[in-house]
This record gives sequence, C-alpha cells and structure tokens, in this order.
Amino acid sequence: MAQLLVNGVLRQHDAEPETPLLWVLREQLALTGTKYGCGVAQCGACTVHLDGVPVRSCVLPVSSVQAGQKITTIEALSPNGSHPLQKAWVQLDVPQCGFCQSGMLMAAAALLKEKPQPSDADIDATITNICRCGTFNRVRAAIKQAAGMAPPPAGAGAGQAAAQHAVIHLHRSST
Amino acid sequence: MKRVVQHHGAVCAVQINRREFLASSAAVGSLVVGFPLMAAAQNGQGAQAPEINAWVVVQPDEKIILRIARSEMGQGTLTGLAQLVAEELQCDWTRVTAEYPTPGNNLKRNRVWGNFSTGGSRGIRDSQEYVRKGGAAARMVLVQAAANEWAVPPSECSAEQGVISHRASGRRTTYGKVAAAAAQLTPPADVPLKDPKDWKLAGQPLARLDTVDKTTGKQIYGMDLSLPGMLHAAIRDCPVFGGKVLRFDAAAITNRRGVIKVLKVGDSAVAVIADTWWRAKTALDVLPITWDEGPNATVQQAQIDAFLTAGLSATEAAVGNSNGNAREVLANAAKRIEAVYAYPHQNHATMEPMNATALITLASTGASAGTVTRCEVWTPTQNGEAALAAAAEAAGLSPSQCEVYKLHLGGGFGRRGAVHDWVRQAVLIAREMPGVPVKLLWTREEDMTHGRYHPITQCKLQASWDDQGQVNALHMRLSGQSILASVAPQNMRDGKDPTAFQGLNAGGGEAMIGYSVPHLLIDHAIRNPHVPAGFWRGVNLNQNTIYLECFIDEMAHAMQQDPLVLRRSLMQKHPKHLAVLEAAAQRAGWGRPAPDVGGQKVFRGLAQTHGFGSYVAACAEVSVSSDGVLKVHRIVAATDPGHAVNPQQIEAQIEGSFVYGLSAALYGACTVKDGRIEQTNFDTYPSMRLAEAPQVESIIMPSGGFWGGVGEPTIAVAAPAVLNAIFAATGQRIRELPLSRHSLKRA
Repeated sequence: MAQLLVNGVLRQHDAEPETPLLWVLREQLALTGTKYGCGVAQCGACTVHLDGVPVRSCVLPVSSVQAGQKITTIEALSPNGSHPLQKAWVQLDVPQCGFCQSGMLMAAAALLKEKPQPSDADIDATITNICRCGTFNRVRAAIKQAAGMAPPPAGAGAGQAAAQHAVIHLHRSST
Repeated sequence: MKRVVQHHGAVCAVQINRREFLASSAAVGSLVVGFPLMAAAQNGQGAQAPEINAWVVVQPDEKIILRIARSEMGQGTLTGLAQLVAEELQCDWTRVTAEYPTPGNNLKRNRVWGNFSTGGSRGIRDSQEYVRKGGAAARMVLVQAAANEWAVPPSECSAEQGVISHRASGRRTTYGKVAAAAAQLTPPADVPLKDPKDWKLAGQPLARLDTVDKTTGKQIYGMDLSLPGMLHAAIRDCPVFGGKVLRFDAAAITNRRGVIKVLKVGDSAVAVIADTWWRAKTALDVLPITWDEGPNATVQQAQIDAFLTAGLSATEAAVGNSNGNAREVLANAAKRIEAVYAYPHQNHATMEPMNATALITLASTGASAGTVTRCEVWTPTQNGEAALAAAAEAAGLSPSQCEVYKLHLGGGFGRRGAVHDWVRQAVLIAREMPGVPVKLLWTREEDMTHGRYHPITQCKLQASWDDQGQVNALHMRLSGQSILASVAPQNMRDGKDPTAFQGLNAGGGEAMIGYSVPHLLIDHAIRNPHVPAGFWRGVNLNQNTIYLECFIDEMAHAMQQDPLVLRRSLMQKHPKHLAVLEAAAQRAGWGRPAPDVGGQKVFRGLAQTHGFGSYVAACAEVSVSSDGVLKVHRIVAATDPGHAVNPQQIEAQIEGSFVYGLSAALYGACTVKDGRIEQTNFDTYPSMRLAEAPQVESIIMPSGGFWGGVGEPTIAVAAPAVLNAIFAATGQRIRELPLSRHSLKRA
C-alpha cells in the first residue's frame, strides 16, 4: 500500500504507480469533488494543490508525488466552506452547472495565495480553466471580491450582508 | 459589474445531494435490499409525508419540499420553478428545499408532474402555469384545513410565510401543523393565480438553491455516484458512425489487474468492466479491436461540404416562409447582393462526459427465476422520461419495471436530452452483470467523437432593393442537415423539418423573423451527412441568425445605410424585436464612436433575433490589433422574455450564452476524416477561456403577456454581433465558421 498526505491525513491506496493522482483521489480515496473533464491537462477541472501549488491531477502520475508532499483538494479548501473565495462564490452565485467550479476555485485560491491583490491580467493569465456554462464574468468578480478589491454587490446594504451570513450559516448547519 | 443576488432571508439547504437523493429514492420504495444507506434513510429523515399535492410536501417541522420535474443543468430552472411554486404557496422561502420526482413515479401517477423534458429553454415557460397552480392549490387546502379546525369560512383566513391567520379571532397556525389534515382534503377545482405584478418572490433575483455544494466539492454529479459493490465500465464505440465491431481479443487484457469482463455492447462497441474506471479505461486502451468500419469510412469533410453546396442551387426545397415572389423580383433586380455562408458540425462538450450507472435485477424465485425483472439507472439527464424509455428498451422490460434516478448534470446543452445512447450502453453492460451496479463513464475522447452534433448547414442569401433604397426581396436558401431527420423522423412534416426555420418563421410566437420584406422566400434543401445531428443549445436559431443578421449588415453596407437604420426600416411591424435592438444599441452608445481600449480602436456590431419565445439583441464591441488579434471587449445584450422569474439567473444565462456562442464562433468545428470526427479533446476542440470572455452587460426588459425562455436565445446573437463588429473593424466578411480558420487584418 502506498501512502499519500491528502488534506492533512495520511491515506493509503493500492493504485498502480502510473495512475494519475486524479483517479487515486476519486476512486481510491472517495474524494469526488475533484473532477475528470479531459484527461490531458486542458480543462483544469482536476486542479488540486500540491504543496500549495496548483497542479492538473489528471496527468500527474501518483508515483511522482513525493512522500510528505501535501495534497489539498476542494474538500479541504476550508473546513466548512468559509474560504473567502467560497463565500464570494456563494454571494455572487458564480456556479451554473458547477462541474468545473472545484478546479476553478482551487486555481483561484492558489492565485490569491501568490498575489493577494491580483490584477485583471493576473487573473487572465492564471485562470485558464474551461467552463462551458460561461461563468467567467462572475469568476472574475468573485476573485476580486474575495481579495477585498470590489465592493459587495450593488444594493447589498447592511441588512442584506447580514442575510448573506445567515445563509452561509444555514448551509453549514444543513450539510 | 453591478449585480444583486438576493440572499434575503433565504434559502435553501441543498437539494439533490447524495443523502437527499438516497432518501428520496428510498421513499420510492423501489430500491433493492442491500443498500444500507438507503435503508437508513427510509427509517430516518427521509419522511416525505404529508404530501399536500404532487408539487408540495409540508413536513411537521415546517420544512417545505417542492418537487421539480425539470432537470437542473446550470440554467437555474430548479430555483426559478421553486420560486413560482413558493410564490403561490406563500410559504417561508428560507425553509424551502427542492427534489426531483422520479420518472417511474411520474408514470405510476399518470404523469402528474407532466413533461420532464428540459430543452428548448422550456423549463419555466412550459410548466409555469401548472406549477403555480400546484403551489396555489396547496395553499388553498392548507388554509381550508385551518379554517375547518377553527370552524370558520376559509375566506376569513389568510396565509403568509407559512402562517395561517384568522383575522376576526386573531388565531394563528402554521402549514406544518395543518399539513396532515390538508393532505386529506379534496383539491380545489378552481385555482386562481396571482397577477405577476403582485409577485413577491417570483421576479426577484434570489440566490440559487444549489450553489453551496458546488463550492465545496460536495455536489454529486452522475460521474461521482458510488453504490455499494459498484463496478466501473469504459467503452469504445466504432470510430466511424455506422461501423461495427468485427472482433476483439479479450484474452489480451483479461489478466490485467482489476479487469472483470470484456464485452461487446450492441453491434458497434466494446466495453471493459473493472473494479475501478481507470483500470477499465487503461485495459480498453490496449485491447486489440478490429472494426468493420462500413461504407462511411471513406467519407471526407470536403465531400460533405460539396454535398451541401449542391443543395444551395437544388430545385427541390421545403419552404418555411414565403410571401410575394422573391425569385422573380430578384431575377429582375438592378441592385442586388448575394452571399454564401457556412456553419460546421459542433460538439456539445459538456464538462462532464456522458455517464450512467445501471443495475439489473433478476427474479430470484418462481417460474421466472433468473429472468430480468427490474432495471434501475442513475444518470444525469435532461429528460428523465426519455432516459426511462431508453433503459426499458435496452433491458427488454416495460417502463413500469424500470426506474431512473436523475443525478446532477455537469452540463447538458441538448446532449443529454433527446437521445440517450449512453443509457442504452450502460443497461446493455449491466445486463451482463446482474445484481451488480455498473457505472459507465465515457472518456472525453469518446464524448468528442460520438456526439450528436450541431447540424452542419450552408446558406445562400440574395437581396435586392429599389431606386428609393427600399429592400424589396430576400431569398434565404438553407442547405444542410435536419436535426429531426436524425433524432425524431416521426416529427418531419411532408419532408420538411419545421425546426430548420427557427428565427425565420412568419408567426407562431416561438421563433419569428423580425423583418418585413415585400418578396420573401426562405427554403431548405435537406442534405444529411452520415454524422448524427442533435439539438445543440440554441439549435437552428444559431446559424439562421448568423446568416440573416450578417447578411442584413452586408445589405446595409451595400446600400450605404447605417445597420441600425436599415434594420429599423424593416422592423416597423415587429416592435418587440425592435425594442430589444434599440435598447442594446442605445446602452452601447451606437451612433457615437466607441472609446479606444488600450490604444486600440473599438468597433461595434449589432444582431437581433427571436427564439424560444424571447426577443434578444446584442451590440458587440471589438478591436483587431495590427497583427490580427481579435479582442471582444464588451457586449451589451437585451432580452425580453415576457416574464422574468429570476433576473440574476437570466443575467447568468445571458453571460454564459456569449461564452458558449463565441466558443462556437471562434473555435467550434468538428470535421470528418475517413468517416470519423477528427477532434478528440479540448486541445483540438478549444473552448473560450476567462481571458477571452467579454464583459457582458445585460438589459432584462420583460414586457409581459407571454413567457419566453432564456437559456438559449442569446447564443444566436453572439456570433453575428461579433462578426459584424469585425467587419466594421477590418472590412472582412467572415462567412464561414469558425473564425479560427481566417486571419484577420485590420483595415
């Protein structure tokens, strides 16, 4: 049994060494938040963090992950959906079908870690994930909001901001 | 970007997450023994009663469960339909959750939930009336139950936020408390609905009910389903459409780790079943398969193109719209122009490739022991009833012996609606493993090369005008593929495919041409290549709008008229078409020069159309750099959908429509070589990425009196608005898509 450090936990798996990390996560470790979209590192739906760096796990052989390297998946981006990006995603209702959004969020989280105040050019250059529903306008807006670079949505007064928190809380308690 | 998403007080816990899905499945009482999660749910919180009516369940804890028959695939229909039910129910929105009824239950209950089909932007517009009545009828019996308890006339009672009050006595109760009694009452015969102007929940930009789990990885899509004991299948269908499996060498892979079975699926495919999908897929990769590729194996793209081009001058064609005598006027016209356009095959490319999990159960006792008695399928589908029919046919059972559990869709775009080829495959595979659930997942490559493609068409347009500059004749000759001939030949009408004329019809309220021309002829010479066609988001409105709107622009240029001025002159009898066009043009600043962006001059282009019951228009702003790089900076888009149930979700659909439509216009082409599709993945079939996506400004202007869809119509104006702006920037007319085949040169 080989071991991987995933989301802070040492996990065992019996996948062949050349198996892409994506399929170890999905099939051996039941972490299905990370998606298969293309298998050739084109779409980014499989993005996870390897020691904080975004990688496309669909082309990364599991054997190339070194012992002790930390893998973080969408399930552990925050313990409870409280990452600023997740909050902004909810506040702006970014996802449509949502299938690409795990990868989108992981790519955005890595960007904000690297550049807490990203420019439009930074966002253009680093968010290269494919979204067929076309959520890009809202993705950009939510990244800026999470970075504290954009005011809350127009019309969102104090009452509404409170309501937004209530919603997030509701969601937490209901899941 | 200004956007208000109202989370007021609101909303939802999650909807079709795995736990609730299992709970509701269990409530159906149809699942095989041996699914402990489902058994647990049956004993626990999965309680579904009391059902007030088919649409509304009110639990004693005041939780409201609304049943939504249409599929959520990102377009927001789940939330919009829930808003409509809740509006009439007058419940507390913060306690609302939604769930899918199953197609099997719909069958058992005489289709009480109506049509499950989720396509043609019909989710809300086709079911709004009966779902609102469902909400209203539920409210009426809940109020009646309270009135009965208090022995007062229901007319003296009112309901708000799930609380029922008797004005005179001040007594109050809640929906949860009277639900059991209400469930026993006879439904009212007459169910009046609110005037939309009195709506409080509907019409508001409420937050979606299904967002949170999509940000945490918890949302379960079809691909993510896990059932106890489940096995995995990978499949390869003959790369040439119409080909067959000749033979394969199963022995070459049966010793590979995890491989359980290698099998032929139907005539044309081979599957490998293994303990994990990756093992099934990698075993299939090295399986020697010999195909009988059949007669289509020699077909090349150039032949298909020539076949369609011949249709442009064919004498026989089905007439879709005609008035006057366009041929004669054109033949004698002194001032006329002519152009030929072409639109390629395109793949839907949903982010989640096709997949389904199927379970075949054999009778264990009695005379029929060992025969197939039940088939269950878990799949993302746009039409649960069609999936049920496909499952039944593949299983050799009646639909009443089958069930389909709809899972969340990672995109639909029409691919998961009319044809359920992947469900058929999954059931055929599961038949070889009775008692064991098997999940079939296509590779992206399988998905790209075995689509149901956007039809390929060409169009020859001719127009003439008189000495006063009045357009007097227009002929549009469409040539190319009929979707209905491919998908639903029974719906052809005397050799005509009525859907081929989307956006070009004289009337009908669904997809009408916005121009009046004294002599008009629009006809279609059907030319069906061997590549299967399907309904692709926007359907035939896409290419028809490109053809007409770009050609109108060509006419304006030839007539030395402003494109907006020419359109106005032809649209006087089409005020709703014109209203959205004027709104988009005005907001964009048409008539004044666009400000430069980053030192580049910016040019504008217009387009408008009517489709799926809604009026839409766009004004695109583009620049083309000295080395030919196109940038679409901003698009102002206007939509009149009649009624706007959730404006922020309409905005999302409009924004997304430009990405989908411009991905197609810029890059989307599936071409044929040796009978097979050449493009296999996103490296050869690119999709627009964030850096290329234009800023979209939406104008939502519901004028009332009709119900239009919003998921599709805007796609159709994306390409022509941009192509017309490219002409303004470069003087180049792009008449053959995709744009990536051309090099742009700044004028």
